[in-house]
Amino acid sequence: MTASTLEQVRNVASDIFGIPADRITAESSPETIENWDSMQHLNLVLAIEEKFGVQLDPEDIEKMKNIGAVAALVEKLQSAAR
Amino acid sequence: MSDSNSNSTPDSTSAERNPSNLRAQVDALIVEGAFHLAARRLAELWRRDPASATASFVISRIDVLRDHELREKTRDSLALTKFKLAILRSFTVEPIVPLLRAEAFAYGIDLEVHVGDFNTYVQEMLDEQSSLYRFAPNAVVLAVRTDQAAPELWRDFADLAPEAAQQAAERVVRGVVHNYEQWIGAFRKHSQAALIVHSLERPSSPSLGVLDDQSDAGQSGLIRQINRELQRIAAGFHGVYSLDYDALVARYGSVHWHDERKWLTARLPIAAGYLLQMAREWMRFIVPLSGRSAKVLVVDLDNTLWGGVIGEDGMAGIKVGAEYPGAAYQALQRALLDLSRKGILLAVCSKNNLDDAMEALENHPGMLVRAKHFAALRINWTDKAQNLREIAQELNVGIDALAFLDDNPFEREQVRAALPEVTVIDLPKNPLEYASAVRNCAAFERLTLSTEDQQRTAMYAEQKQRAGAEQNFQSKEDFFRYLEQEAELEPVSELTLARVAQLTQKTNQFNLTTRRYTEPQIAEMANKPEWHIFSIKVRDRFGDHGLVGVAIAHDEGEQCEVDTFLLSCRVIGRTVETALLAHLAESAARRGRKRLVGWFLPTKKNAPSRDFYQQHGFERQEANGAGSLWAFDLKSSTLRPPDWIKLKVTTEVTPGGKN
Repeated sequence: MTASTLEQVRNVASDIFGIPADRITAESSPETIENWDSMQHLNLVLAIEEKFGVQLDPEDIEKMKNIGAVAALVEKLQSAAR
Repeated sequence: MSDSNSNSTPDSTSAERNPSNLRAQVDALIVEGAFHLAARRLAELWRRDPASATASFVISRIDVLRDHELREKTRDSLALTKFKLAILRSFTVEPIVPLLRAEAFAYGIDLEVHVGDFNTYVQEMLDEQSSLYRFAPNAVVLAVRTDQAAPELWRDFADLAPEAAQQAAERVVRGVVHNYEQWIGAFRKHSQAALIVHSLERPSSPSLGVLDDQSDAGQSGLIRQINRELQRIAAGFHGVYSLDYDALVARYGSVHWHDERKWLTARLPIAAGYLLQMAREWMRFIVPLSGRSAKVLVVDLDNTLWGGVIGEDGMAGIKVGAEYPGAAYQALQRALLDLSRKGILLAVCSKNNLDDAMEALENHPGMLVRAKHFAALRINWTDKAQNLREIAQELNVGIDALAFLDDNPFEREQVRAALPEVTVIDLPKNPLEYASAVRNCAAFERLTLSTEDQQRTAMYAEQKQRAGAEQNFQSKEDFFRYLEQEAELEPVSELTLARVAQLTQKTNQFNLTTRRYTEPQIAEMANKPEWHIFSIKVRDRFGDHGLVGVAIAHDEGEQCEVDTFLLSCRVIGRTVETALLAHLAESAARRGRKRLVGWFLPTKKNAPSRDFYQQHGFERQEANGAGSLWAFDLKSSTLRPPDWIKLKVTTEVTPGGKN
């Protein structure tokens, strides 16, 4: 995954979860981010879809276990669309 | 374009104000304590990047700003209007709420949102003790999807066998309509809040295919029938409005609007990219309900009202007409004329030579708007912010009542920096999109239309004649006699209720208490025997002002207390206020009251009414932090209406009509 996708995902997550982007890493997950609950998960999905112009399937959404996985998923969907 | 007496800060180059820098700037400004500027940058961030992630950032910072404001008692510094909205729903709306609050913030509204539990809207509306009513909302959205409101007409429609279908379908329609009638009736009994009812969506692929549209008893036909009935029900109540959900979906396209995956997994029927449009549709109701509407639209000329520059291209060179590319400008002009029919005044602010511009305004064959459609013209080379100030003054409205339309981003930024309270419309680059940018701007929405609204432009033209005439008279009194004013005083009635409520919501300058009331609140007051609500209509030799004043009073023991006393700014200083007060005193005395009392509650804007009680012989009783209380002895009253106003007093009007 490229740094820029990860960085953009971190910025989105920073807005959604209300914590500075530099405290979010590829490993950040619902275990390490306190208010990453099911409603915020939905908000994250919607923000990602909007930002990157992709649509996530329910199976994809289940795989979003941490920020790195989200970025990887975005890249996969974007390259599939090209 | 180089007059640079702007207040813009050194950081204001557009490259430095990209969304991520703006986030950092907002946080830095909050740390510095520059809350006002932080709020402006926050609004700018939202305008540049109105996305879900941005919304989360924006609302978290709004909360920070509000906390500071409360703690440091700089209450007016952000000048946000508080508004409480409840959303009753049959689907997931939570992700829309941050977008809605951010959008509201950009309109100067601090929106508090209460979301009802899934599908509990019926209990919430019927039960007087429900969390809905405890929240005490200003407005409520009832967002129920067809699959919930009329399941038989949605997924299970095919189960209504074709032969027996007709009767069964009619029963379904009657049942659905009856339900809404019950809910809305109960709601109005328990709350005076505005109610915005989503009409029902039609299926994009009806179960019988093209056959569905071959009768009015198909899925679509029946849902249309329900929607017509919903419209009828809404029109039967004050403050109940229909939101055409089907048309909203159609505007963006059903295929794009829906996201079946989110619907099945998260009960969210709307795709990520369109949640903002749902929020914006709600804003079209919230903005007028919260009194944040614009009253005047000030437009630029070159490359806004027409294509090209009149001073360079000349009459033959500018583009405006029925054909492309001039058609884009005609479409905008049609939108402007529609606004003017809704009572929004138009004005011009353009950097041009007056003669060039007037030649085009008066004589260009392609123009639909003419000089006569504009209530004020500022065609000169002065700074636009200064011109806007003058326009507000000339038209007697606050700066915050102005909206500004200009193709030039530089001018827009200057106006935003100098006059942050003006609604600045961001025109898209493509002129073909100008008209819809104006049509979809929530600041121009109106929920009711009074006769006064429809005639406003003509009234302002008459006002100019009056001002001209006044200069020819030596004394005020001579001028008043020359005016031949006629005033009509009557209790509020079904016909005037909407206008009376509108005046309480909009009047700022001559308003002794600035209490805002909705139509249902006025209706409820009018039903109490000890409350008296009068309106005054004024006409003179130049024309009809319409209904321009309201007085609300209630009897309590020996005294009558003035709750509200207001007058539209266009008749201030014509002694109409004295006639209205005299009538109030006279009627209170007739009912056996001994004293007339009333508060003056000062605001930022009501200085013109500050000395009103004193000038009319009232004596100050007490004063506190909020204002001063004045009293007038009715037994020895010498208060008379001025003899140059011909009065017509109606005491009884027939009630009835809406609930």
